[in-house]
Amino acid sequence: MSEETKSPTPPPTGEPKPAAGEPIPGTLHSSPSEKAGVPPKSSTPPAAHAPAAPAKPSGPVPTPWDSPMVTRLKGHYGSGIEANSYLGQNFMAVDASLIPELLQVLRDQEQFDYLVDVTAVHYPQREKQFDLVWILYSFERNERIRVKTMIADGASAPSVVAIWPAANWLEREVYDMFGIQFDGHPDLKRILLPDGWKGHPLRKDYGIIQQDQEWVQINLGIESGQ
Amino acid sequence: MIDRTMIDRTVTDRTTTDQAMTDRTSHLELEQHDKTFLDSNELIINMGPQHPATHGVLRVILKLDGEKVLGTECVIGYLHRGVEKIAEHRTYSMFNPYVDRMDYVAAVSNGLGYCEAVEKLLNVEAPPRARYIRVILTELNRLASHMLWLGTHALDIGAITPLFYTFRDREEVLKIFEKYCGARLTTHAFRIGGCLYETYEGFEREVKKFLDFVTPKINEYEELLTTNRIWVERTKGVGKISAKECVALGVTGPVLRASGVKWDLRKAQPYAAYADFDFEIPTGQNGDTYDRYLVRMQEMRQSLRIIDQAVGKIPEGPIIAKVPKVMKPAVGEIYHSIEAPKGELGYFIVSDGSTQPYRVRVRPPSFVNLQALDMMVRGALVADVIAVIGTLDIVLGEVDR
Repeated sequence: MSEETKSPTPPPTGEPKPAAGEPIPGTLHSSPSEKAGVPPKSSTPPAAHAPAAPAKPSGPVPTPWDSPMVTRLKGHYGSGIEANSYLGQNFMAVDASLIPELLQVLRDQEQFDYLVDVTAVHYPQREKQFDLVWILYSFERNERIRVKTMIADGASAPSVVAIWPAANWLEREVYDMFGIQFDGHPDLKRILLPDGWKGHPLRKDYGIIQQDQEWVQINLGIESGQ
Repeated sequence: MIDRTMIDRTVTDRTTTDQAMTDRTSHLELEQHDKTFLDSNELIINMGPQHPATHGVLRVILKLDGEKVLGTECVIGYLHRGVEKIAEHRTYSMFNPYVDRMDYVAAVSNGLGYCEAVEKLLNVEAPPRARYIRVILTELNRLASHMLWLGTHALDIGAITPLFYTFRDREEVLKIFEKYCGARLTTHAFRIGGCLYETYEGFEREVKKFLDFVTPKINEYEELLTTNRIWVERTKGVGKISAKECVALGVTGPVLRASGVKWDLRKAQPYAAYADFDFEIPTGQNGDTYDRYLVRMQEMRQSLRIIDQAVGKIPEGPIIAKVPKVMKPAVGEIYHSIEAPKGELGYFIVSDGSTQPYRVRVRPPSFVNLQALDMMVRGALVADVIAVIGTLDIVLGEVDR
């Protein structure tokens, strides 16, 4: 049934990316860097959808997300907020300038008291290269939402440690992996990689077997970490 | 407050070689020695990364006044393998076995979270039979994970017997895994869309036999510890954390429940087949190490209850949904999380419409929970640090990924 049993060969050729298993260091991700949330490409195989779908479905599409909360926030912040729902999950794409304030409001007035995660996605072809994502949960409403914003490479984002202390290590990880600076973070330094490492590995232009050879030589006393 | 300069000095030249570590530590000790005698009672010591009670390669820098802990700093990343980067260079199903290697004592839970997240992204649902098999195996894995936690946690505190008991009984779970999918620990038990393997001949019977076998064993563990005076003295009131602090720090799982928050994703946002079963969410009141111990013991019993209900009525039918061999989810993002033995385990997956995920973010419960360590041990004794690391139930493979 699954491809593990029947097709030991790599996925068919003609893919936009290099075949899996032979990563090429330093190559850019070659697929178009669309902002996630745009209607899906028509090439999506129809088999990817729920069984017994009669007509050819064009795949799930984001639908506008309407709720009293969204109306309230839109009333206050105007066009800076774009609220959508994708596969039943709600998210808001907001303007970076709204960020610390909006998140504060979400916690204080909308009861999103639990910061689940802070993460980022890198789109090197885009002008504002990074999507910064906050995943929030409200115990009171049993509701999970995502807030995301776009920031440019080199620009810094406001830290939310003062709003949710949980953000401390999460922001450090985003800094470590993407090189995004967080203004107002109490102790912004690398967390998973050693201090003094060069490069931020989850950027798309960082190759999968790339390493900071200089660091390896100095600290491990060997020629290569490979 | 931690004296930043002291800690920074130790962290800045962080290396992984033992030689460098020894050099630095002795250098630091010398410096500390003078400082202690001249103008301060504070001492900075380095616990780990090679320390039997840190459950792997966790390094904790402790700032002490005598035996009292003034502050801590965790240094992590020794086991960093770049799992999230690897995901971007594998197809969706090729990445599946990698997730087992994060929380390697609860590999089945990791696999369940990942498979369900990708299924959501593909907009497919696993058939009912697969969902029941998933629940049974995941709950068995929760048992195995809690047993390992109990054994090692008790060992850290000085009770050696539970380790042998729990490892002996955990073996029975692993035997079931081995018979089901051929692997004991990194099981790769599930596939995107359902399960690859049918249950083997006599699966239900063996699971039932295991339930009968293990139920009295849990009482046995409790007999050894629950009213044991040494155990109670070492755990009651140690590493306290309030519900409010848990929420602020994003702490989930048994740690959150022991502080009195009745929240479990299996109930709050049921996934797999959990909505079909009757079980309770055990909670504590004090948020101390003892309550966390009681909560996990109760959770083991609730897991048995779930398995007992599930194993009797596994529905007939296919075990895997129709999923394309070459998976190309539509462009979009999804976040899906499950209640892993350690807390909320989430996957945030971004698809660009190709066969490989554009980004996979793992929200690891151990990583976020470990952040609470500093708050929990301030003002406590060094020996309590050991107890608190144990009670947080961290797995460094998941902290570092």
